[in-house]
Amino acid sequence: MNSILSVHTVRFLVLILAQALLLSHINFLGYINPFLYILFVALYPVKNNRMLFLFLSFLLGLSVDMFLDSGGMHAAATLTIAFIRPAALKFSFGTVYDHQSIKFDSVDLGQRIVYFAILTVIHHFILFSLDIFNFSKIILVLKNTLFSSIFTIILCVLISIIFSRANKK
Amino acid sequence: MQQIVNFIIRNKIFLLFLLLFSVSLLFTIQSHSYHRSKFINSANFLSGGVYNTSNNISDYFDLKEQNKILQEENNRLKSILFNKEAALDSAYVDSSSFSRKYKFTPAQVIKNSYTQNNNLLTINRGSKDSIKQDLGVITSKGILGIIENTNNDYATVLSVLNTTSRISAQLKKTNHFGSLAWNGLSEKYVQLTEIPEIAPVAKGDTIVTSGRSDIFPKGIPIGTVKDFKLDGAENYYEIEVALFNDMTNIEHVHIIENKDAEIIKTLIDKANE
Repeated sequence: MNSILSVHTVRFLVLILAQALLLSHINFLGYINPFLYILFVALYPVKNNRMLFLFLSFLLGLSVDMFLDSGGMHAAATLTIAFIRPAALKFSFGTVYDHQSIKFDSVDLGQRIVYFAILTVIHHFILFSLDIFNFSKIILVLKNTLFSSIFTIILCVLISIIFSRANKK
Repeated sequence: MQQIVNFIIRNKIFLLFLLLFSVSLLFTIQSHSYHRSKFINSANFLSGGVYNTSNNISDYFDLKEQNKILQEENNRLKSILFNKEAALDSAYVDSSSFSRKYKFTPAQVIKNSYTQNNNLLTINRGSKDSIKQDLGVITSKGILGIIENTNNDYATVLSVLNTTSRISAQLKKTNHFGSLAWNGLSEKYVQLTEIPEIAPVAKGDTIVTSGRSDIFPKGIPIGTVKDFKLDGAENYYEIEVALFNDMTNIEHVHIIENKDAEIIKTLIDKANE
C-alpha cells in the first residue's frame, strides 16, 4: 500500500512540474501543446475511494492552473474526466472492468488507446471551451481540441508503454 | 429530514463533483474579468519560486541574443543623452527643483506566455520592490503590458496579447487616439480601434502610447500600421498594428511608475463627484 501511495505522489508532482516547465512551452506549429498531466487521472487505481480521487484530480488541475495562470479551467476539465472515468473504463475495457481487475500494464494496446482518447478529447474540449469562452468561436475550440488531443494521446500512450516495460523487469 | 440526509449520502459523489466544478468555474470566470482572482496565479511563492529556478538555468541559453538587444538599447540611449547635453549646454538648469515624474525599475521575465487567449507573464519583482497593480511594463523596443497581481517577490503582467487588455494609443504624427486591444489570433499583431475617420492613417505609420491614462507616459513605441479599414458604421478606422516587440523572446523589461498617478486620480475622482 505504501509503495502504491508513493508512486502516485511522485507521479502527481512530476507531472505538474513537467507540464509547467516543459510541455506548455513546446508550442508546436505555434500553438499546439500536449497536456500530459491527465495521465495521473487515467492511471489511478481502479479500486479507489471516489471522493478522494475526485478531490485529488481537482487539486491536480488547480496546481496546473496556478502555474499556467489560467483561472480554474484545468481544474474543471480534470475534475470532469475523473468523474466520468468509470463510464470510460466500462466502454473501453468492457467485461474486464466488471471484475475490477484491470492492470494497466497488461491490457491490450488498442483498448488502452481508446481509453486515453476518450478521456483526452473530453478534457481538451472542456479546457478550450473555458479558455476561449465564446460560442461564436466554436470552430477554433474544435480545431484546438483536435490537434492538441492527437499530441496528448500519442505522448500518453508512449509514456505509459515506456514505463510499464520498466516496471516488469 | 431523514430523506434529505439519505439523498445526500446516496449522491455524495455527484454533489462533491458539482461543488468542486462550480468552484473551478468561479475561478475561470474571475480570470476572464480584468482584475483576476487573488490566489490562483503564478505570482505566489510556490510557482514563482519554481519558475525563478528554471529561469536561472534557461536564461544562459540566449545570453548572446539578449546582450545584443541591451547593447542596442544602450546605443540608442547614449545618442539621446549626448544630443541633449549639447542642447542644454547654454541654458541654466536648476537641478534642485527638477523632480522626476517617472520611476523605472528593471526586471526579468521568468515566465513568458503568448499562445493562450489571455496571456500573463511573470516577472521577478514584487511588492518588496514597491511594485503595485496597474504599473506599466515596457521593453527596450516597446510596450509589453500592465502589472496585474503582486506578491512579495513576484508579479504577473497582463500582456498586450490578452483579450481583456485595453491600452490607450495614438498615431505618432498626429494626436488622434484610440484603444488598443487583441483579437487572440496572432502574437505578431494587435488591433487599434476608435481612431476617427478624419485621421490621416497610412501604412507604415508608427503607433505610440497616448499618455492619456496615468499608466504609460506619452510616446512609448508600440508598432507600425500594417493594414487599416473603416468599420461597419464608417466612422472609425480599425487598424492592424505589427508590434515592434518579438513577444516570443522577452527577457529584460522595465517597470514604469508614474509618481503623479495618485494626484491625477484624486483630481478625476473629485471632478466626477
